[in-house]
Amino acid sequence: MQERPVDAPTPTAGRAPLDVAAAAGHRAHPPRVGFFTDTSICIGCKACEVACKEWNAVPEDGLELTGMSYDNTQGLGADSWRHVAFVEQKKSSGGAWATVDHRGVDVFAEAARLGTGAATEGGGIAPVAPDGRTELRWLMSSDVCKHCTRAGCLDVCPTGALFRTEFGTVVVQQDVCNGCGYCVPACPYGVIDQRKSDGRVWKCTLCYDRLGAGLEPACAKACPTDSIQFGPLDELRERAAERVRRLQDAGVPGARLYGHDPADGVGGDGAFFLLLDEPEVYGLPPDPVVTTRDLPAMWRHAAVAAVTLAAGMAACCVRRKR
Amino acid sequence: MVPPTEFASYYGRPVLKKPVWRALDIAGYLFLGGLAGGSSVLAAGAAASGRHGLARPLRVGAFTAISLSLAALVHDLGRPARFLNMLRVMKPTSPMSMGSWLLTGYAPLAGAAAASTVTGRLPRVGAAAGAAAALLGPAVASYTAVLISDTAVPTWHDGHREMPFVFCGSAATAAAGLGLLVSPAGQNAPARRAAAFGAVLELGATELMRRRMGLSAEPLRTGRAGQLMRASQILTCAGTAGALVAGRRARGVAAAAGAALLAGSAALRFGVFQAGVSSAEDAKYTVLPQRERLAARAEAGAPTCGTKPPR
Ligand code: SF4
Ligand code: SF4
Repeated sequence: MQERPVDAPTPTAGRAPLDVAAAAGHRAHPPRVGFFTDTSICIGCKACEVACKEWNAVPEDGLELTGMSYDNTQGLGADSWRHVAFVEQKKSSGGAWATVDHRGVDVFAEAARLGTGAATEGGGIAPVAPDGRTELRWLMSSDVCKHCTRAGCLDVCPTGALFRTEFGTVVVQQDVCNGCGYCVPACPYGVIDQRKSDGRVWKCTLCYDRLGAGLEPACAKACPTDSIQFGPLDELRERAAERVRRLQDAGVPGARLYGHDPADGVGGDGAFFLLLDEPEVYGLPPDPVVTTRDLPAMWRHAAVAAVTLAAGMAACCVRRKR
Repeated sequence: MVPPTEFASYYGRPVLKKPVWRALDIAGYLFLGGLAGGSSVLAAGAAASGRHGLARPLRVGAFTAISLSLAALVHDLGRPARFLNMLRVMKPTSPMSMGSWLLTGYAPLAGAAAASTVTGRLPRVGAAAGAAAALLGPAVASYTAVLISDTAVPTWHDGHREMPFVFCGSAATAAAGLGLLVSPAGQNAPARRAAAFGAVLELGATELMRRRMGLSAEPLRTGRAGQLMRASQILTCAGTAGALVAGRRARGVAAAAGAALLAGSAALRFGVFQAGVSSAEDAKYTVLPQRERLAARAEAGAPTCGTKPPR
């Protein structure tokens, strides 16, 4: 079991999985749903990005060529609710050649030599598989709002615009949000953002409208490889545990789950991932913590500071005896 | 344990979204809120000790400051017309919600105190409102620290223990500065002492905060934020020295010292604001401390949340 920092208030997270929908006041509610994004089978087709934009009528947010591999979306934001990350690495993808280190190989130089016959001897795009294929590692991962068990954005929202749905997801009510922007720096994953043209904040709703109609979210529906899997969170967690075990047994280096653990700093994510490298390689924080975990301590310190100010000022006003 | 210095990132991009708040609005709000809260307290003390020449302008100053700060807040909203949605709910987990309610209580009291002072009408009601505003004033000054600390922004969050003291010290120096600027020299003793008290609290708490924060203290020292923090330190020290040495007799020196203290308090708020933004813009401040945390936990034998593949 995860050891928690001592100054953490014993939250509902950590021990028993928290029934977020019930905690938010939904009495009879459907099971909590989420995404399990298995990045090991993502092919980087961006069908999820497109399906999300189409279904949710998310506006275009600039057409830029970034030079970041095939990623011109760059990150999640008010107008990108799915973002496919592309990481090019000079490492072999898993399997039989995992032990060969070719960190020093310049893949672009090697690629230029491909087909000239010069590449194969000593340190080409090595190692060459028995069937003649060359191996580089290209990581792709479709990122999304994590629909945290303990969601910083929701905690700090002063208007109640952000709320917990009966499905356990986190959604912005656009007719309530006044664009105060507090949720933006409160999210430990850098997900939610303000749409400049509109002043309000926007993010993934886990297709709240589709869920209500018994459909799966658009991205999961569109994903051709089932890299994005939608379903009840409990089931997804079981499936993910099984999948990561299989990959590890097969010798895929670096396969690990991210955001699946109800004992982590946000009480576990409603949308969690199977990654093949450290989270920060994909732009994810390695150990996110919901900011409001420390809020009781903050209020205490603020109270003591306020009393200090009052007492100090009072002392400054005392008249000296003459 | 030697802290790691290298880390992976996604094309060097930040992990967090930086605050969308405009510096002038929100750092300005932090400053004006502190000035208002501190002034209400100092005004009540001055009135109680019979120094009405100091109390009166401070009351007017407190109301002016809180009005401007509310204007800045509303101006910064993406949808200013929906300002009243702030009062739709009362949420203890949202410092902005609690702050909205606090200001809803405080601003009318500060207004009533100021109105009575200016018009000379209903002096008892004015005095009672001034006393009530003085009770809420310290909260107005210190809650803004919680407001910014309750985010994932490394430099703001990691300073959450000391930040309220920094802000309360800064509120005291600002109020003292206003007092020195506007009061007759014969009555400014509380303002002079408040300058010293505020300066000690502000500088001491800032130093403690920097030492305890680790890596996320770096943005407070470097770049524009670092310049602002140094300027704040110099102005606060100079203002306090001027007030203590010559503020009693020389009206001009007192006023200059007051202006320096106000500027010092403002520079501190803008510095802290800017440092937070810088810390959110660089993945380093997000990833390295979290890595350190994971490493420490692994050393202590606890599992690391599945971020390390089992061997
Ligand atoms: S990932 Fe960020 S935006 Fe999504 S629920 Fe968690 S805190 Fe909110
Ligand atoms: S910007 Fe909107 S959703 Fe975000 S905290 Fe403010 S009111 Fe809530």
